[in-house]
Amino acid sequence: MSLYCDTMIYKNLIPIYLKKVLDEKLILMIAVLFRWFVSLHDYSGKSKTPMYGDYEAQRHWMEVTVSLPTTQWYFNSSDNDLLYWGLDYPPLTAYHSYLNGLVLKRILPESIQLSTSRGFESKFHKLLMRYSVLIVDLLIFIPAVCWFFRQFFKIKNNNQMSQTMTIAMTLLYPGLILIDHGHFQYNCVSLGLFVASVASMFTNKTIFTCVLFSMALNYKQMELYHALPFFFYYIGFIYETYKKHSFITALKTLSILVLSVMITFLLLWLPFISDPKQMFQVIHRIFPLERGVFEDKVSNIWCLINVLYKLRNMNNHTMATICLMTTFISVMPTCLDLLKNPSKIKFLLSLINCSLSFFLFSFQVHEKSILLVAIPVLMYSPQSVFMCTWFVTLTTFSMLPLLIRDNLLVPFISLSLIYFIVHYNIEKLISQQKETSKLYLLRNLSLFGCVILTFCAIALKPPPKYPDLWPLIISVYSCMHFVLFLIYFNFSQLMLQIPKKKLY
Amino acid sequence: MTSSLHVVITCVKLLLLPSYFSTDFEVHRNWLATTYSLPISQWYSANHSEWTIDYPPLFAWFEYFLAQIAAFVDIDMLSIHNRNYSSNATVFFQRLSVIITDFVFYYGSRKCAQSIALLVKSPKIKKKKHMDESNISVFVIELLLIANVTLLLIDQIHFQYNGFLFGILLVSISHILKGENYRGAFWFTVLLNFKHIYLYLAPAYFVYLLKHFCFRKNIQFAMKRLIKLGLIVLGVSSISFGPFVFNGQIVQVFKQLFPFKRGLSHAYWAPNFWALYNAADIGAKITYKDYDLIQNNNSTSMTRGLVQEFEHTVLPSITPQITFILTIIFMLPCLYKLWKSNRNPIDFVRCLILCGLTSFMFGWHVHEKALLLAVIPLTLLVFTSTNDCSMFTMLSTISTYSVFPLLFKPFEFITKSLLLLVNVSFLYNTGKFKSLNRLEKLYLISLGPLLLLTEVGWMVLRFDQRYPFLPLMLTSFHNSIGVFYCWIKYYLYYISQ
Repeated sequence: MSLYCDTMIYKNLIPIYLKKVLDEKLILMIAVLFRWFVSLHDYSGKSKTPMYGDYEAQRHWMEVTVSLPTTQWYFNSSDNDLLYWGLDYPPLTAYHSYLNGLVLKRILPESIQLSTSRGFESKFHKLLMRYSVLIVDLLIFIPAVCWFFRQFFKIKNNNQMSQTMTIAMTLLYPGLILIDHGHFQYNCVSLGLFVASVASMFTNKTIFTCVLFSMALNYKQMELYHALPFFFYYIGFIYETYKKHSFITALKTLSILVLSVMITFLLLWLPFISDPKQMFQVIHRIFPLERGVFEDKVSNIWCLINVLYKLRNMNNHTMATICLMTTFISVMPTCLDLLKNPSKIKFLLSLINCSLSFFLFSFQVHEKSILLVAIPVLMYSPQSVFMCTWFVTLTTFSMLPLLIRDNLLVPFISLSLIYFIVHYNIEKLISQQKETSKLYLLRNLSLFGCVILTFCAIALKPPPKYPDLWPLIISVYSCMHFVLFLIYFNFSQLMLQIPKKKLY
Repeated sequence: MTSSLHVVITCVKLLLLPSYFSTDFEVHRNWLATTYSLPISQWYSANHSEWTIDYPPLFAWFEYFLAQIAAFVDIDMLSIHNRNYSSNATVFFQRLSVIITDFVFYYGSRKCAQSIALLVKSPKIKKKKHMDESNISVFVIELLLIANVTLLLIDQIHFQYNGFLFGILLVSISHILKGENYRGAFWFTVLLNFKHIYLYLAPAYFVYLLKHFCFRKNIQFAMKRLIKLGLIVLGVSSISFGPFVFNGQIVQVFKQLFPFKRGLSHAYWAPNFWALYNAADIGAKITYKDYDLIQNNNSTSMTRGLVQEFEHTVLPSITPQITFILTIIFMLPCLYKLWKSNRNPIDFVRCLILCGLTSFMFGWHVHEKALLLAVIPLTLLVFTSTNDCSMFTMLSTISTYSVFPLLFKPFEFITKSLLLLVNVSFLYNTGKFKSLNRLEKLYLISLGPLLLLTEVGWMVLRFDQRYPFLPLMLTSFHNSIGVFYCWIKYYLYYISQ
């Protein structure tokens, strides 16, 4: 027995030492370092004429917003060809592009010259663009994550994980790093605003929460995936206030909520609301029904069904209705449960369940939208680190076809391996028992499947009849996982008992 | 735990794949082409490119071996008619060859960390607490070795094969530490036949093996061991140099190995004694001759571009002979001390460090990377005494900073400065900074403003057009003061022990 103890101590000694040495500051530096390492690699659509990729889209928006007046941003004109990466995000994205464009105009004006700068690429331009992502990540996402976990650990400190470990697991999550700093997008802005809004909700700052979440919504409309839990949480919350205090207090809270959302929206849409035509055009651009039910290979239900039955042949409007119905059904349980027990942990779980339902069932889903699910899962991870890390690893894997297309295979493999090793050592540190549980075996099998499929996708040529064989198998494989995780997270939410006095 | 460390470090190296690489990349590609396409007799005399092989024969054989694999990857990289050829496959292959051969370094680090822990903690090993401590010290030494940021910057970004060479050095040192002196000598000879820069460390090996291994008992015993050692050295060298002697190329090989036609200082002054000397020369010029830095372009060119000779105007010019004699003179005291000391391998490691540092200070045409010759063995001693620990903290930080001017591309700015910051914070968190006194701390902190001034401030102030060379001079002057201080302090510490 004593011998066993000794080996246990010996085995855990170095992780304990490392836990002491790697403090929060060091973790943040390492997180930034990895972001920069990925920045060194290629971006989407590099030198791929005529359409390039998301990098060109962002550059094009800078070009359009700086050169044209606000009223023309969303309209098709001779100066603004909407078929060539027309602006299809809400106003805050446009303002951000405008700011970036102003900086570029000073430093590298030829990169945003109207219409002549299409497909502009240079090493220096890449550097500036990479800096622009790193800066907003440093200013918004990273502080938001730190703030959130500080609040989280104040409310719930009976977790398996320490604050620093959780922050490390969140900031080193490969998916977001690869998409933002590799593929090139500004997801860290909308996700950072979203995380910040949840953090301020944990500190019970209602106005702040509403403002921040409205801003997130106005950066990317996909944040709607997270809107339902906010809505139901606050309805439930106001109802509780009414029961506890009085009708007047509840009404006051409600009006504060509505007002702060309205004012934020009003301010952000100011240049567009004067003319209803403007407003409808923006809304039309943001929600394009004319596009298909999904793009490329997405790991959702429709892509899975599409293998057996070609959904793309169906009428877009019928399809949209079906999507709406199924999404509605799948978010029902979680939303109603949250309405009944508006607690903060249930709110986090509901964020996961709603966004995952939207990802699986809704219309016009991108493979990158899985990030919207991964972030709430990471926020919930101190409660169940094992399941959350498993899920998050699969979300990165589900984007593999995209990453291969962007020439980001090497950073994908490196970051995933590093992430797994960090997780593995944390697991060893927090669980004192030997790993014999069947769940571990299952997890290892599932991750082994990912490794095999990654290998296939790189090394084996698909048969000429099915050129998309590997992306399809990858999305089906991840989709099956996501469905199971949806059931699991729904169960954990519904089974979670909250003592009555500990609400809010 | 350490295996996960290896995976993480390897992944970091993979992430650095698309970084900038220097002309050394083309140098090594050319060597691949030379060894693949030309017969042995022409390896050291090929003049199709300015980069003829200037490493000892084993390294040429190593390139020959790599070239056989490279033939499967991209046959074009092996053509001697290609210049500055860097297809994606070539970059991937060459970078990967560095990453994979670095496993020798991991192996050497493991061996050395274990041997040194046994030596340091041996009297108290029975107590459990000390066992735990020594486990941690093995781990930390290994971590500090394989995550050496200077080595990472030089090998993975700048491009060289120092990792596996230092791996062989560590294997050799670990054998010496364990008392297996024949093996130690064997591996050191192998190392010398890979890269002759390690000759800087040879005096320490020579004295230690002669006094503490051979001359232990009577003269007969000594002769027996001496002959055995001599046979090992001759055997290895004859295998590597043999084919060139046979082909009558040996003179050409040595001409390539010791090119004294190069200047006293490299294009960018390595932070050694001569950097101070050069700076003093320029300072004297400015004071006495009212020297205008902006107008005279001759003096600016010495810090830029290819290897060039630098004529001192006020102070006497330095010849290779002078540097050689100075190096020997300053090595003698520590070698004498090693001769007189009782048989302690730790003393050998310290003498090794001092030999490396002394040759770095006074050697002819030293590269800033040569500081690693002292830093790598010094890493082994971080848990031995406060003095060793403080010296390591100082020197490793300066050595990292001193290679910054090599990585001057804009994308590398964040990479190098963040890597340095992570490294320093790690040292700080492990309590290594406690061993420094106030002056030393202040010196290390001053590296931060210096970095901002030379890399960012210079551009913002628009000085980069008028004084493009000053940041480099400032850097090497600042760093050479630190190295000079370390050298004196460590020397005194060793002598007065």
